[in-house]
Amino acid sequence: MLTVAMNLSPNMNRSFIIAILVLLSASAFAQDDLMKMLEDETQEVRKKDFTTATFKTTRLINGHSVENVAPGVLDFRISHRFGFLSSGAYELFGLDQASMRMGFDYGLTKRWMIGVGRSTYQKQFDGFSKFKFLRQSNQMPVTLSAVGGIMYKSLKFDNPDQVNFLTSKLYYSGQILLARKFSESFSLQLMPTMIHYNLVEGVNDPNDVFSVGAGGRMKLSKRVSINAEYYYQLPDYKLPNTTNSVSIGFDIETGGHVFQLYVTNSSGMTERSFIAETNGNFFKGDIRFGFTISRVFTIVKPKL
Amino acid sequence: MKRSLFILLNSLAIAGFSQTVQMTRSGQVSFFSKTPMENIEAVNNEVTSLIDTGKGEIVFAILIKSFHFDRALMEEHFNENYLESNKFPKATFQGKITNSTKIDFTKNGTYEAAIEGDLTIHGIKQRQAATGTLVVANGKISASSIFTVKLADYKVEIPSLVAEKISKTVEIHVNCRYEPKS
Repeated sequence: MLTVAMNLSPNMNRSFIIAILVLLSASAFAQDDLMKMLEDETQEVRKKDFTTATFKTTRLINGHSVENVAPGVLDFRISHRFGFLSSGAYELFGLDQASMRMGFDYGLTKRWMIGVGRSTYQKQFDGFSKFKFLRQSNQMPVTLSAVGGIMYKSLKFDNPDQVNFLTSKLYYSGQILLARKFSESFSLQLMPTMIHYNLVEGVNDPNDVFSVGAGGRMKLSKRVSINAEYYYQLPDYKLPNTTNSVSIGFDIETGGHVFQLYVTNSSGMTERSFIAETNGNFFKGDIRFGFTISRVFTIVKPKL
Repeated sequence: MKRSLFILLNSLAIAGFSQTVQMTRSGQVSFFSKTPMENIEAVNNEVTSLIDTGKGEIVFAILIKSFHFDRALMEEHFNENYLESNKFPKATFQGKITNSTKIDFTKNGTYEAAIEGDLTIHGIKQRQAATGTLVVANGKISASSIFTVKLADYKVEIPSLVAEKISKTVEIHVNCRYEPKS
């Protein structure tokens, strides 16, 4: 305003009049000025903006995603897995052979969650702890989590006459999860994984199975997304006669529930069983239908 | 000589203007949706607002992500599905105190205020009127107001599946304590 006034006024009197006008017009400008002042104020306090909802739930399909349950929230998950679709009409395309896992996950802090579960497959108990080290934000390109799991096969020993150790039925898994939400609808995740067997069947079988998983999701609408997940086992560090786990499915969200419907070639629902012991060939029709229902309960309300 | 007078007058105008402005960064805005099925409540304690007593104007900036809910999943859905806070990070209000001539901001007391202006939520600007209370105590202003907005006015879509759980109008409570802006 000042420069305008001076450019227009070689004559001092005129500049004086303009100054008066400026004074008078202050009220006309004031509202915009107040809004501008507000914008300046809010610009200053722009905070770290964390990316949320990279995935809809804590599992991509079979395996973990970088999502955690919120602190104080209990997530009750029931997963079902059926037989091979290729088993034909007599088995109702696998629906006659259902196996399930029931699990309870709980959020301890914003970054740390734990969970326990029981699968009918090999009467297996499992527990895990997942910690988020990095959170994607306007200052950080990725989210990085680590998951450690332990699985216990409570199925009776195959050979009860020999000396058996309880630890022979224990398995451990370790995963690094690296994910990025590229856009509102598209997220990708990489998950290098190691699974340790205390006891393996064959003399030449490795005790440590290494694999690299990759997965992603694409939102189809606000409440439905399509997910895919694949685990590639390193050929020198895999159990014989096993295949890589392939899964494709949908996440459907309805208020407090998330339904996951998918097809996969894996029968197990814990890291050890679906990553290291998948035996179906996905592309030759060894496909199983499966679904998971996740329901969250708020146990501890956050302080508002 | 007259140029310096001009600058003086201008700086007086600006000084006079800013003296009447009060501000808060910790204003509280909460909302309530009540249905027989479920009550939903969220609070935002980081609202920035400015009030200009001289001109009788009031503005608000409300970060959507700063609304916090009892249930984490509600908060996620509120941001992801309903208010789309990545697309529309903040709500704003720009309004006038229509009866400001009846309020003496220099005198302690409680005054009824009528406010009218543009409320922008979810990227949609609507004319909104509300009544509130202004309390002046030792030169500092506290403001409070309760009004309702219709979700449909701001194109917040409620899927039929949860329609019984989310009220079509929500009640908004505003509470701000202002301090003179330096």
